Amino acid sequence: MPGSRARPPGVRRWWSFALVAPLLLFLLASFVAPVLMMLSRAVIDRDLERVWPDSAAALRQWDGAGLPPDALAATVSREIGAAARAGTLNQVANRLNYDMVGSRSLLYATARQLAAGRPGSTVSELARIDPRWGQRGIWAAMRHADGPFTRHYLLAALDRRLSADDRIVPVPAEQAVFANIYLRTFKISAIVALLCVALGYPVACLLASLPERKANPLLILVLLPFWTSALVRTAAWAVLLQTDGVVNKALQTIGLIDAPLQLIYNRLGVYIVMTHVLLPFFVLPLYGVMKGIPPTAMRAASSLGAPPVRAFLTVYLPQTLPGVAAGAIIVFTLALGYYVTPALVGGGADQMISASIAFYTNQSLNWGMAAALSLLLLLPLMLMVFAGRTMVRTVPA
Amino acid sequence: MRGWVRLAGIAALAASLAACGSSSDLRPLTVVGWGGSSQDAHRKAYWTSFSRTTGIPLREDSWRGGVGVIRTKVVGGDASWDIVQVETEDLILGCEEGLFQRLDWAALGGRDAFLPAAVHDCGVGAMLWSYVIGYDGDRIKGPGPQSWADFWDVKRFPGKRGMRKTPKYSLEFALMADGVPADQVYPTLRTPQGVDRAFRKLDEIKPDVIWWTSISQVPDLLGSREVVMSVTSPGRLIVANRTEGRNFKLDWHGNIYAVDYWVILANSPRKAEAAQLLRYMTQPENQMRLASHIPTGLTNIEANRRVDPKLKRDTPSDPANMAGALELDADFWVEYGDQLTQRFNAWVAR
Repeated sequence: MPGSRARPPGVRRWWSFALVAPLLLFLLASFVAPVLMMLSRAVIDRDLERVWPDSAAALRQWDGAGLPPDALAATVSREIGAAARAGTLNQVANRLNYDMVGSRSLLYATARQLAAGRPGSTVSELARIDPRWGQRGIWAAMRHADGPFTRHYLLAALDRRLSADDRIVPVPAEQAVFANIYLRTFKISAIVALLCVALGYPVACLLASLPERKANPLLILVLLPFWTSALVRTAAWAVLLQTDGVVNKALQTIGLIDAPLQLIYNRLGVYIVMTHVLLPFFVLPLYGVMKGIPPTAMRAASSLGAPPVRAFLTVYLPQTLPGVAAGAIIVFTLALGYYVTPALVGGGADQMISASIAFYTNQSLNWGMAAALSLLLLLPLMLMVFAGRTMVRTVPA
Repeated sequence: MRGWVRLAGIAALAASLAACGSSSDLRPLTVVGWGGSSQDAHRKAYWTSFSRTTGIPLREDSWRGGVGVIRTKVVGGDASWDIVQVETEDLILGCEEGLFQRLDWAALGGRDAFLPAAVHDCGVGAMLWSYVIGYDGDRIKGPGPQSWADFWDVKRFPGKRGMRKTPKYSLEFALMADGVPADQVYPTLRTPQGVDRAFRKLDEIKPDVIWWTSISQVPDLLGSREVVMSVTSPGRLIVANRTEGRNFKLDWHGNIYAVDYWVILANSPRKAEAAQLLRYMTQPENQMRLASHIPTGLTNIEANRRVDPKLKRDTPSDPANMAGALELDADFWVEYGDQLTQRFNAWVAR
């Protein structure tokens, strides 16, 4: 490198590393580490092990065939009592309830009976407290939770579960929901991205071709929605699109339709509102790319005899493709995470996966499930972003 | 190698700075409510006068519920909230996890001074509220719906219905519409056949339902004639009647009622002051003021007895409203919530 002082290259590399170190540390501490810690909950499963150390060890010893030996039942029974007295039974109860609904009340009721002096040191004594102890379900659920790792959450996020004999089976049809929601999430996001391309390309084109004096006020119109809360924009659309709303009234007045159209609280409403909310994210990167294309290129094409359509297709369009790809990927990725908008303007069948993640994070505190769902959203997303970057790079510039 | 040592030094410095930053001795006592008209009512009834009489400055925040938010704060060491209003399931889960301080009931006047539903180891009832049928009196003239069976009757009352997009409430209402008496609703729902029965009943009305997610949508849905009747909490419609001159009406038959609670967070640095505010908000003469600011049921028995009967009319405190009513079974929803929500979401998308 000309002009660089005579320093060994190793020192220079450390020095430049030290300059970015604060940002790197900040990102690691505030973003990468928490995300990884949260995602790790999808596979790490230590609730039972933490509260019932002896039972967890005994469960790992047990081969899982038939009903457990009485020694295991005695250990579990002892630790149910200990955990109930220590106030930690809820951790095991909730974890087992994820696998087998009803486990929660079963454990609490059993703890009450044991505290009242009922014997429970064998499987049959426990089964006299509640017949479910004499069935395989609860024991299999405990074995699935004996830690330190679990397949339960990832399987559940794929509408699968572990059966009592450790086979992977589909959940009952009325419980199978996530595969559908994933497909729907990707479909809605892709269609919104395509709509943004179709609507945004001409806008960006116009903005880039106008002189600055005229382009700037128009650009503000594009930016305006950026500065408005998404909630407010969504509510405004509800006013426009509802049955008695402005759009339906106008269409009826000019006689295009007889009865009001259902424009909101269905998929159409989701597409309209999400496209509007996300449009600036497509227009702006594309506008930046288009500003960088010299206008002389098109003039050269026409002076060489290309008709306007041909000149656009062979000269202009290929140069804008990196901008289109960048904008479409931004819109697509942002759309994947939406849940307030579909919740407010969508119908029952328009919920996206983030709504499920929010439910498990905030309402039911099942963070393992939330992590598994997030992981399954993140993986295809990273693949796509990677594919998109490769695409942008291979476009002839 | 030296670089790594230096890196470690920077990391340690950053960590100690972060520890400094999270110290919250300097902020005032922070109380967190539901926002909107409910928060306004609490401010007028309690908070302003509390600060005036005790000299303790108060800071307000609002949230939308979900005990996950509180778990994140307490586990993550963010002590920015002291006293928070929560729903029953949040109370149960959070109390079991140790996210909330156990209350000193003797200081609050004893457990017997409150409605039984308002008493919990970790929380004291803040207010009593209901989900009822709300409809527009200008659209349904003559006799309105008087039961969940009427709510389901799209021939007598044509038009869409608003319902909350959760299995909670929807399944209970479906069973009541199918003729299950209130006291049998949860025993029925605890059986697989009962759940199937509730979903079959929901099937009947599904094409006519618009699902809402936020209670603030209900006055708009009714006002814009998007729906002819809706599941609603009374307060919003009463307020719309007062401020926008609407003619919304309520039907209380088969309503589901629940209590919201005040809790003190386990990591609050101002527990003594928070307990003082809690005592202030649960004393009868103070609680009676709340009823004049928002139509709501009071949790203190003495306050309930002394409050002006006119203020009870649109609240769960009026005995006439509570015949055949159902208390929300939060234990049921803590246990079955995940499974039923999953099934409900699959059903609603079909």
